[in-house]
Amino acid sequence: MSVWIEVDLCSGCKRCQKACPYGAIEMIDGKAHILDRCTSCGACIELCREKAIQTDTKPKEIPDFSDRQGVWVFAEQRDGKLSRVSLELLGKAQELAGVLNQDVSAVLLGYQVAKLSKRLIGYGADNVYLAEHKALKDYRTIAYTKVIHELVEKQNPNILLMGATHIGRDLAPRLSRRVGVGLTADCTELVIDPEEGILLQTRPAFGGNVMATIASRYSRPQMATVRPGVMEVKQKRGNKGNTIKHKVSITEKEIAAKILEKVREKKKSVSLNDAGIIVAGGRGVGSKEGMKALFSLAQVMGGEVAGTRIIVEEGWIPVERQVGQTGQTVRPEIYVACGISGAIQHRAGMLGSRYIIAINKDKSAPIFDVADWGIVGDLHEVVPEFDRAIRSSKGK
Amino acid sequence: MNIIVLVKQVPDTTDVKLDPKTGSLVREGVESIINPDDRHAIEAAVSLKEAVKGKVTAVSMGPPQAIDAISEAMGMGVDEGILLSDMAFSGADTWATSFTLGKAIEKIGNYDLILCGRQAIDGDTAQIGPQVAEYLGISQVSYVFEIEEIKKKTMVVKRRLEDGFERIQCTLPALLTVIGELNQPRYPVVSGLIDACKEKARIKVWNASDIGAQASELGLEGSLTHVVKTFAPKFKRQGEMLEGNVQEVVGDLIGKLKENRLI
Ligand SMILES: Cc1cc2nc3c(=O)[nH]c(=O)nc-3n(C[C@H](O)[C@H](O)[C@H](O)COP(=O)(O)OP(=O)(O)OC[C@H]3O[C@@H](n4cnc5c(N)ncnc54)[C@H](O)[C@@H]3O)c2cc1C
Ligand SMILES: Nc1ncnc2c1ncn2[C@@H]1O[C@H](COP(=O)(O)O)[C@@H](O)[C@H]1O
Repeated sequence: MSVWIEVDLCSGCKRCQKACPYGAIEMIDGKAHILDRCTSCGACIELCREKAIQTDTKPKEIPDFSDRQGVWVFAEQRDGKLSRVSLELLGKAQELAGVLNQDVSAVLLGYQVAKLSKRLIGYGADNVYLAEHKALKDYRTIAYTKVIHELVEKQNPNILLMGATHIGRDLAPRLSRRVGVGLTADCTELVIDPEEGILLQTRPAFGGNVMATIASRYSRPQMATVRPGVMEVKQKRGNKGNTIKHKVSITEKEIAAKILEKVREKKKSVSLNDAGIIVAGGRGVGSKEGMKALFSLAQVMGGEVAGTRIIVEEGWIPVERQVGQTGQTVRPEIYVACGISGAIQHRAGMLGSRYIIAINKDKSAPIFDVADWGIVGDLHEVVPEFDRAIRSSKGK
Repeated sequence: MNIIVLVKQVPDTTDVKLDPKTGSLVREGVESIINPDDRHAIEAAVSLKEAVKGKVTAVSMGPPQAIDAISEAMGMGVDEGILLSDMAFSGADTWATSFTLGKAIEKIGNYDLILCGRQAIDGDTAQIGPQVAEYLGISQVSYVFEIEEIKKKTMVVKRRLEDGFERIQCTLPALLTVIGELNQPRYPVVSGLIDACKEKARIKVWNASDIGAQASELGLEGSLTHVVKTFAPKFKRQGEMLEGNVQEVVGDLIGKLKENRLI
């Protein structure tokens, strides 16, 4: 297929140029032109108010899905413990279901996990579909895919959300292919389109340089995985829900995988890329000893520690934790820069952070130019106080 | 042992910058590279072949220039390459991509193991591996960081979890998605690269009809998800200096974080 522009219709508004994720639209003499780089992704087509962007793709008919009801959440549990993201998803599901005037359901698989039902109901589930079987004790791809597929076929939900965890990112794509539906990965925003009533799924792409909003119009359920830590947990006190048992019949042979051993260990590798919160130190921290306060703050905030090249050279942190031009590029929700001057080479690696907090003695330090909130002060006083305040706000 | 590696050519996203004026991506001068995770998949495939004998085929779906990614894989020791290239494939979401790759793999046939990267850095979806495995109806293990043992009908691998790992035994054929921890990819050797260039014959190019697919199943048309809009993430800095004594500024900061629902 291809995409082209009827130049006579083009008003030169540049909306398409802004929307093109591939930089493949150029304005020549006030009219849009499509360059060779175009991948025919179609992101521009609907945006054009003049209908000047044309395609030879046959418009697909959107099936009638009005009978599809219910917002479902996969309740991920490991060793009988619910993952936090499942509760976050229930929070979001309540909101979406409210707009659609539909029910929230949780899908709970495992062995002897019935007791988790109550908790799911307390966090917003109107129904809990419970599938218990020895073979479902630990997550295994084919077993979980089969059971959830059966439930989906039987109940025909409208939306199905999963956490973008290691389990969710293994299960969701497998299941989507089996059910025959589209899937959007790693969403950070979900809303219902007020006109069409469909789920608009927003996610970062190109390493966080662009946000893309994606719709799944041609299949149901509308499926998405959601980044942990983004949605808000909402308790629903006094909620009354039903637990509906699903009978499971499955053999080891069809599952085709055995877990020989499970090992829990502290993360060896640092994953600054995935970190939602980064507490970073610079020369101002003063010593390796001084880094302890930063590690403590990172721990209570649920994040990772990073730093500038100088402190790597000093040996206060290992090189995997260096952020910047010659280190890693990071995009956490919060970046706390402690005793960092904010040299351009350092900034290159952290400007994509959603919020930047800077703590520095020197009020003219360039880091303050890129900060959302700046504190001029001694980090040895500010960081421990910040640590204490967060602990007490969390009630720890 | 016949191994297939799925290799994607991607723009080096660490180079991708936003034009502050237009808000669109500046792609000029951005290099195309083999997706980083896929290098580890290639390395694993080639070293398995060296250990147990067999053949490695690299498969890539992309524009004509993606042939460079396959040549480079051949420089690393891959035996054969197949480039799936057709205008009809363009604009594909993961549903249509996994279908296209799945069709091609069916045509290649007779495979024991399929290796791919955990995720591609342009889309970061990590969906293709599991979707291809489902399409083919074979077992899958994702986030693999160690291949412990491989026999005729089964293999044992380690799968990384957020807080540890699992040792998993699965049946063959299987599809693994691998992460960087698995190995240290070798550099392509120049003679291998030259061979790959000279013998383009070893790289086949297949289009839609070669894999027996209809346009309606492929590319944008065959996709189930569609991009409605794209926009630059908002990084407008608040640029606010908090003043007062230590308790006051920290109290203020906590307030800001709560206001923005960050804690
Ligand atoms: C080619 C090249 C590549 C580079 N790549 C990188 C890179 O990838 N990453 C990187 O980080 N750097 C990189 N650099 C180095 C970079 O230029 C800076 O030298 C470095 O980032 C500065 O580190 P810093 O902020 O920790 O130290 P400094 O610039 O020394 O700043 C320390 C700051 O701490 C403050 N301070 C001191 N004591 C306190 C206190 N008690 N409380 C609060 N604040 C205090 C000071 O006011 C000062 O602003 C690169 C340089 C070059 C030439
Ligand atoms: N177009 C493609 N051609 C070949 N392999 C691909 C393609 N897209 C994705 N893959 C494989 O699937 C993995 C995951 O990609 P993704 O799901 O896009 O994040 C990649 O690391 C590749 O191994």
